[in-house]
Amino acid sequence: MKMLASHIRKEYAGRTVLKDCSCVFNGSGAYVLMGPNGCGKSTFLRICSLLERPDDGELEYWDDDKQLIHGLSLRRRMTLVLPRTGVFNSSVYHNVAYGLKVRGLSPGVLEERVDRSLAVVGLGHKKKQHALTLSSGETQRLGIARALAIGPEILFLDEPTASVDEENTAIIEEVIRMMKKEGTTTVIMTTHDKDQAERLADTLLFMTGGIIEERKP
Amino acid sequence: MDSLLNGFLQAFDLILHLDPALFGIMFLSLKVSGSALLIATAIGLPSGALLGLKRFPGRDLAISSVNTLMGLPPVVVGLFVYILLSRKGPLGFMGLLYSPSAMIIAQTILALPIVAALCHSAIVNVDPVIRQAARTLGATRNQETLAIIHEARYGIFSAVIAAFGRVMAEVGAILIVGGNIAGYTRVMTTTIALETDKGSFELAIALGIILLSISFTINAVLHRIQKKGMVRAA
Repeated sequence: MKMLASHIRKEYAGRTVLKDCSCVFNGSGAYVLMGPNGCGKSTFLRICSLLERPDDGELEYWDDDKQLIHGLSLRRRMTLVLPRTGVFNSSVYHNVAYGLKVRGLSPGVLEERVDRSLAVVGLGHKKKQHALTLSSGETQRLGIARALAIGPEILFLDEPTASVDEENTAIIEEVIRMMKKEGTTTVIMTTHDKDQAERLADTLLFMTGGIIEERKP
Repeated sequence: MDSLLNGFLQAFDLILHLDPALFGIMFLSLKVSGSALLIATAIGLPSGALLGLKRFPGRDLAISSVNTLMGLPPVVVGLFVYILLSRKGPLGFMGLLYSPSAMIIAQTILALPIVAALCHSAIVNVDPVIRQAARTLGATRNQETLAIIHEARYGIFSAVIAAFGRVMAEVGAILIVGGNIAGYTRVMTTTIALETDKGSFELAIALGIILLSISFTINAVLHRIQKKGMVRAA
C-alpha cells in the first residue's frame, strides 16, 4: 500500500502544529522522521494513521492503481504504536489478541498469530503474565507485538525506543530490520536518536517549523 | 449480662440447627436485595457508562444529581414508594404495597444511584490512552467503548458490591413498604428491629451474626477485587 500526504495542516487551540506537510510513502522500507520536541511528529503520525483528522490537506492511500476509501477497513490495514503503549489491564496474551478479536478472527488463527508475534519480540515466555507487571522495555515490545499480530501494511512507530534501555532498543531495532527484509510492511517511525535513524532509515525525513524535508541517508 | 450470653448461645443453636424460620428470613432478604441489585445494575451500568463516555447537554447536572442521590435516606425512599403504591396513589391499582415486589422497588431506587455513580467514576478514571490503543488496533466505536468498560471492570464490580452492601443492611425503606409481615415480607433487618423491640434477643442476635457475616464476605470480596485491579509494575 502506498500513501500520499499533501499539504497537511493542523492547529491545536490556535497554535499551528503542522503548517504544510507533504510526503510520499512508497510500498516498503523504513522511513525515519526526526525533529525537535513538540514539532508535530506525533501529530503527523496520528493523522497519517487516521486517528485524527487534519484541518486541511489530502491523505491518499493507494493499492496499486486503486485509491482506497477512508474508513474502518483502510484503518485496519495499518496501525500506530503509541509512545505510551496503553496496556490493557489483563494478560500479555489478551493484549496481543485484541486487534485480532475485534476483527472477528477464529480462536485457532488468533492463537497462532499471537504466539508468532510474541516470539518475534521475545516475549513468548511471558504470554500468561499480567501485562501491567512488564518492565517499560517489555511494555514497548508488547506494543509492537500487538501491532505485528494484525499484520499491518503500514506500521507507524512513535518513538519506539524513547524510554527503553540498550538491550530492549536492540531487540526493537532487530524487529524493524526484520520487517524491512520481509518487505511487506512500510515502517514509518520517529526517533531522537540520530545514530538509530541512520542505522534503520531507507529514507530520512526532517520536520521543522511544521514542514517535512526529505534527506537521503 | 446473662440474657445477652443466653441470647448468643441460643443464636448459635438456631444457626447450627438450620432453623427454618431463620433461613426463610435470610433467603427472602437475599432474594429481595439480589433482585433489586440485578435491576439496579441493568439500568445503572449503562447509565454510568453513558455519563462517563458521552458528552450531552445537562451531563454535569446529571452527574451531580446521581452523586447526591447516592446518599438518599432509606426512610424517605420508603415514604415516596409508599405514597406511589398506596391504594390512593398513582400506582395503587397494582396492589403491590406490603409485598416483596414493593420492597424490591424501594431497594432498586436506593441501589441505582450507587451503581450508576460508582460505574461512572470507574469509567472516567480509565486512562484515555486505552481508547486510542483500541482504535489503533482497529476497534470500531462500539468496540472502543467495550474496551473501556472492560478496563473499568474491577471498579464496576466494586460498584455493584457496594450497592449490595447498602441494600442488605437497609431497614427503613423495606419496613415502610413491606410492612414486616411474618413469612411474607419479614427480612433480616426488619426482624432484628422487631425482635429487639420485643426483648427476645436470640433470633435478633442470630440474624445479626448472619448479617455481619454477609457484610464481612462482601467486604472481603470487594477488597480482593480492588487489589486485583491495582496490579502495577513494582
